[in-house]
Amino acid sequence: MADEAQTTAPAASPPAVSPIKSELDRIRAAHAGAITDVEEQPSRGMFWIAVRPQSIVSVARLLRDDPALDYKMLTDLTCVDRPETEKRFNVTYNFYSLSRNRRLFLRVRAAEGEPVPSLAGVFASADWAEREVYDLFGVVFEGHPDLRRIELPDDWDGHPLRKDYPIVGKRPVILYNNVKEII
Amino acid sequence: MGATETLTLNMGPQHPSTHGVLRLVLDLDGETVVRCVPHIGYLHTGMEKSMENEPWQQAITITDRMDYLSAMNNNLAFCLAAEKLLDLKVPPRADAIRVLMGELQRTASHLLWLGTHAVDIGAMSVFFYCFREREAILNFFEETAGARMTPSYIRIGGVAMDLPNEVEEKIARFIPIFRDRIDEYWALLDENPIWRDRTIGVAPMNAEDCIRHAVTGPVLRAAGVQYDIRKVNPYCGYEQYDFEMAIGENGDVFDRYRVRMEEMRQSMRILEQVLERMPDGEYAADDPKIVLPPKERVFSDMEALIHHFILVTRGFPVPPGEAYASIESPKGELGYYLVADGSEKPYRARVRPPSFYNLQSLPHMVTGNMVADVVAAIGSIDIVLGEIDR
Repeated sequence: MADEAQTTAPAASPPAVSPIKSELDRIRAAHAGAITDVEEQPSRGMFWIAVRPQSIVSVARLLRDDPALDYKMLTDLTCVDRPETEKRFNVTYNFYSLSRNRRLFLRVRAAEGEPVPSLAGVFASADWAEREVYDLFGVVFEGHPDLRRIELPDDWDGHPLRKDYPIVGKRPVILYNNVKEII
Repeated sequence: MGATETLTLNMGPQHPSTHGVLRLVLDLDGETVVRCVPHIGYLHTGMEKSMENEPWQQAITITDRMDYLSAMNNNLAFCLAAEKLLDLKVPPRADAIRVLMGELQRTASHLLWLGTHAVDIGAMSVFFYCFREREAILNFFEETAGARMTPSYIRIGGVAMDLPNEVEEKIARFIPIFRDRIDEYWALLDENPIWRDRTIGVAPMNAEDCIRHAVTGPVLRAAGVQYDIRKVNPYCGYEQYDFEMAIGENGDVFDRYRVRMEEMRQSMRILEQVLERMPDGEYAADDPKIVLPPKERVFSDMEALIHHFILVTRGFPVPPGEAYASIESPKGELGYYLVADGSEKPYRARVRPPSFYNLQSLPHMVTGNMVADVVAAIGSIDIVLGEIDR
């Protein structure tokens, strides 16, 4: 708990107990070493827990199935690219608990080429969202049932939402010039 | 019985019932759908990437074009997230105008949904009536913001300009007329045996499956889940207005229709209360570093001219951080996850489009149903491909 106090943003009157204490305690009890760091902004209702890639599936399952946590909805899944850091892809999971009206963000940091385990088996909503992150960032989700590009054509070169992808195109866009089958 | 063969049918992307450019690949056994694979991306234009290359205030113009049927709600969600990053408080009049525009936009979006959905199922005349009323609402937008489809009216810090003369009276006159009109649509459809046959029990989805697929909005509420962000996490002062959350039971196409009809009625209730209590005062926050000064001051005041010049040419820096804000758009939970790095442009702007997740549940809804019900199911989830593909 010592590192948590350091990462908490300084506030006018810091809460004595972290609002996401129960989440942290349960994740730590079930999966020791899964959490790498925690960031809290209680005034904005924003809480981030960064976990190791290999723990994301079990932590997500715990969030969903533990009745005291009850994060039944994976509202969104996205990615933030920070190419200057070693693990550039910040895959961000947006969990929401309908019964507790609480939102929680999980974060997984992955280096280029490092696979992230897929959540599609735990949350049906992760299916297309992971395909989109794969399509636009090139993050590979291990164990995804159908990891194809979703927005761009299948023969597209590169991943446009990466920070090093130029905003002006490299070649004229010719879509679906080599279609062999429809699936 | 000989061996049966499935038929692969390609539906779309140019198909009138797919509401834009959506392609479905359907595997049919007779008339029963055994597999449905949606293909999206035909409208992908890299809007999130474009937003990373626009100053904060000007990125709002891109949000208009995502869900182009509810542009005001898109403006609002983006501004709420940006205001969270800036820790900016909005004056009460701006909040009231935002609610006013948001509810008008919700009604306009539901009207377009009702009209096109009814056409899909075969009721032509509802379409014309709905467009008549939608036209009236778009005229209010034209009067207020100067644009009908892409107003960019809601800005970071408030709204772009104050409500013009008489538009409040016009909206007040519109409310009772529209209430009667909803009853007319109701009379056309609700007891209509064809409508009921085509919708009751069609493409149902229970609450658990909705939550698993992160389906939100009227589709989720039709399944009986009490999740309306205006109620559970009020924004823009929704907590002070008296209205009810529309809830269904069976989660079928008919319940989704009932929920949206009730939402239009509730929107009218909210509009009435907003107009009644419209506060006086400023329409935007008093922060010259963020909000454009009024035009008459730009022409007469050196300081205002400098602020205007800097805001238009360079924009304003936003302190580093990440924030998520979500609103109840007509389609469901519309969220913006914005990342700032201290510069004048968003570092990352992620949109959580409700239609994207709602459409994802379509194969679950239609598998095992008749092929004709696919059209009813697409209509009932009210998708806009502009925000799915972005």
